[in-house]
Order: sequence, then C-alpha cells, then structure tokens
Amino acid sequence: MSERRVVVTGLGATTPLGGTIAETWEAILAGKSGAKPLPQDMLDRYELPVHFACTIAQDPLEVLSKVQVRRMDPSAQYAVIASLAAMEDAGSPELDPDRLGVAIGTGIGGVWTLLDQWDNLRDKGVRRVFPLAVPMLMPNTSAGNVSLLLGARAGAHTTVSACASGAESMGTAYDMIRGGRADVVVAGGTECATHPICFAGFSQMQALSTRNDDPAGASRPYDTGRDGFVMGEGAAVMVLEEYEHAKARGARIYAEFASIGMSADAHHITAPEPEGAGASRAMREAVERAGLQDSDIVHINAHATSTPVGDVAEANAIRRAFGAAADGMPVSATKSMTGHLLGAAGALEGLLTVLAVHHRTAPAAINIDDFDSAIDLDVIRGEHRTLPDGDIAALNNSFGFGGHNVALVIKSV
Amino acid sequence: MADQQEILSGLAEIVNEETGLDPADVQMDKSFTDDLDIDSLSMMTIVVNAEEKFGVRIPDDEVKNLTTVGDAVTFIQSNQG
Repeated sequence: MSERRVVVTGLGATTPLGGTIAETWEAILAGKSGAKPLPQDMLDRYELPVHFACTIAQDPLEVLSKVQVRRMDPSAQYAVIASLAAMEDAGSPELDPDRLGVAIGTGIGGVWTLLDQWDNLRDKGVRRVFPLAVPMLMPNTSAGNVSLLLGARAGAHTTVSACASGAESMGTAYDMIRGGRADVVVAGGTECATHPICFAGFSQMQALSTRNDDPAGASRPYDTGRDGFVMGEGAAVMVLEEYEHAKARGARIYAEFASIGMSADAHHITAPEPEGAGASRAMREAVERAGLQDSDIVHINAHATSTPVGDVAEANAIRRAFGAAADGMPVSATKSMTGHLLGAAGALEGLLTVLAVHHRTAPAAINIDDFDSAIDLDVIRGEHRTLPDGDIAALNNSFGFGGHNVALVIKSV
Repeated sequence: MADQQEILSGLAEIVNEETGLDPADVQMDKSFTDDLDIDSLSMMTIVVNAEEKFGVRIPDDEVKNLTTVGDAVTFIQSNQG
C-alpha cells in the first residue's frame, strides 16, 4: 500500500479579526489590528496593568443557540463555531462516522467555567454550582462537543502543549489519517483565556505588552519597541482528509499537509533555549519528513509573539535550521494583527499558512517601525509578498511554555 | 404567594432558559423525562433555579418524585413560604 497523503479541504475560524476565516484573511491583507479595550468593570475591579486584548469579533449567539452558549465553556463555543464552518467549507460531505475524527487543542481549557463556578460556590453555595461545571471546564470539552455535534466516532483527541497546542493537534490528526485510523479529521485549536486571572498571571511574568495608549500598535514582533504579547482568543480548525478520499468526492483541495516536526527544549519551563537548538530540530524534522529540500520552503509563518526574548530566539533557531537558505524564506508575523491566541495560535497560523500557499501571498506584518537588527531574517513588512509559481512549500512554527516546539509543512497541490 | 398559574409560567420560563423548549409546551400533564426530554443534569439546574425563584427548598430526595410538571407545581405551591 502506498503512503497515505493528507490534504486540507476545509477551513473555519472565529478570531479577533472576524467571525469567519475569509473575514480574518481579508483583515490581515488590509493590515488591521484585532485589539480592543477590556471591559471597564474588569479593569476597575482588578487594576490590571493591561487594558486591552484581541478578543473575538463575533458574538457566539450569532451562530449558537442560547442553550448551547449556556452549556458550553466559551472555548468550546469557539471550537464548535470554527468546526461547523470548516465542515461547511469542505462541502458538508456525507461521511462514515467511524472514519471521522476530531483533534482540538487548547492551552488552558475551560478556565472561565472553572472560576465562574468557584465564584458561585464561594458566594452562593454548592447548590448554585452548575451541574455541567465539570464537563464544561475539562480541557477536552471542545473535542467532546465537536465530536458530539458532528457525530465523529473515529476518536476525539485533545493536545495540551500551551501555545503549541493548536499546531500539535494537527499533528495528531495527521497521524490518525496516515496511520489509517480515520479518513477525515477536524483539527485545530481553541482558547478563551481572557479571564482576569490570566491577564494577572501573564502580567506578573512580564509577558504582556502594556502599550495601553496604543492597543493597535502593541503587538509588534521584530520591532525594537516590542514589550510583550497581546492576549488573543478564538478558534481555528482545518478539515484534514486523506488525499484519495478527497479526490474521490471531488473536494476542493487547498494544499497538502505535508508533515509535522516536534521537539522539546528541556531547558526552562518558560524561557526559550536562546540558541534555538530544540526549535531548529523541529523545523528540520518537518522539512526532512516532508521529503523536501530547504530551497523548497518559500515562506515561514513564524511564532513571533512580540516578546523581546522569544522573537530573537526563534530567529536564531530558523538560521540554525536553514543557514543561508533562510534568506529565501520570507517571514510573516501575523500575531501583529491577530494577537496571540495561545492554544489556538498554532491552528490559526496553520490556516494562514495554508491560505498563503493557496493564494501565493504571504502577508506583511504591521507595526514594524524600527526593525530590530538582531533579527537576521527576511521579515515581510510594507507590501505583501507574492510567492513563486510551481511547487512550493511553507513552514509554520509554534512554541509553548513547557519547551514544546512544533513545525508544520504545508505544500502546494 | 404565587398561584398555580404563576408557578406554571415561572417554571416554563426556567425550563425554556435551560433547554430552549417553547414555554407553551410546558404543561401540567407533561413528564419532564418522557415528554420534555429533560435529563437529570438539566433537572438539577431547573430545581435550583425554581428554589431561588419561588423561595422553596426542594430536597434531592423529593426531586425523583417530581415526574410531571404538575407534580413540581403542586410541590412548590404547598411548600412556599
């Protein structure tokens, strides 16, 4: 039996830039920021040092019923919205439920539910704790709800690797299809960690930008003025499908999901290994497993969160992985517009990498006014970059606290 | 003190909020499980919301006796207070 190939046949998302992936892509090409002010009562109550975030553009009630919203954590609501959209985008195919899988990653899971229900317990007593508290707060709540709604029975999985979760889930899906456990897998990431505790925790570690006088300019990867990431939320999902299966049903194929590379730093619980040894191993593994040469990679969607240390460490890792060949890999830093969707980030950037390959357009970052000379990369700013004709491939990096490194390779078809 | 009709319509609102069922379908003779398809987790939420709304305590042991909407209305009416 020849090797099973995996292709992308559907995309869906709800993001800080739009209620669909099409709106999100359009906003990215228009160079818009998804930053919005945080609710005033939250700021007053907790005196948070950060006054903004890239919260989602859509009210979940535009898509879901009141009862669905009540019975799902926001992270699961986002995952369901993105998954339904992705399946619709894939042509709403009739599928064998036993061959349809789900893999939805998250960094933190149902943190709003956990803390809302803790508030109820502490302030009103045990009988006011919602009976669905546990199934709403568990990290696999999104995978479970998506599986339930789609009737997907080949397996429903949750990867948890902080900000690499969304990318790693696609690796799970890829392995399911390659290994013959499923023909189609709905894969991606979701996050709703815009709870005050998360702002407080990230602030206390000096990880968040405090550019309160200019929220739209706060996420500025590779700029010398960068001072931390901007919290984002949302979900992004791809329909991954075995190539022959997709061809047989006449599906539109955006791109091939060519491989995934993964590694762990074993260096520090939050700080990236400064020379990028671990991250570069993930990138090399991804390219080699895809059977590609370095020169085939014509674009990188970088993790690029806009932290002073992280952006340089990733740039070093890319150079370490590809040497002079990195000159031919123009880099997009889309978090400059979307903010950092944590456990959904790798998934959203995976989708954006697919679209870059599909449309042969790599988007420019915004907010790079003074490019950091410590970054030895061809970072796209100003004009979007047109990618070459013919067979091309692109890489998407995602890294997470805990030392997780994930690199995806997307190939044109 | 709420009368029977007020309790029924208040309960119908609670059921609607929890399950999305049309309040008009919440009638005295309807069984929570067989007619309205309400599972035990939803029932728990409905009970707690009813306790708050009508100022009654509905013990867990009592909940299993509340088969129909009418059973619940009668229990609430006779235990208000």
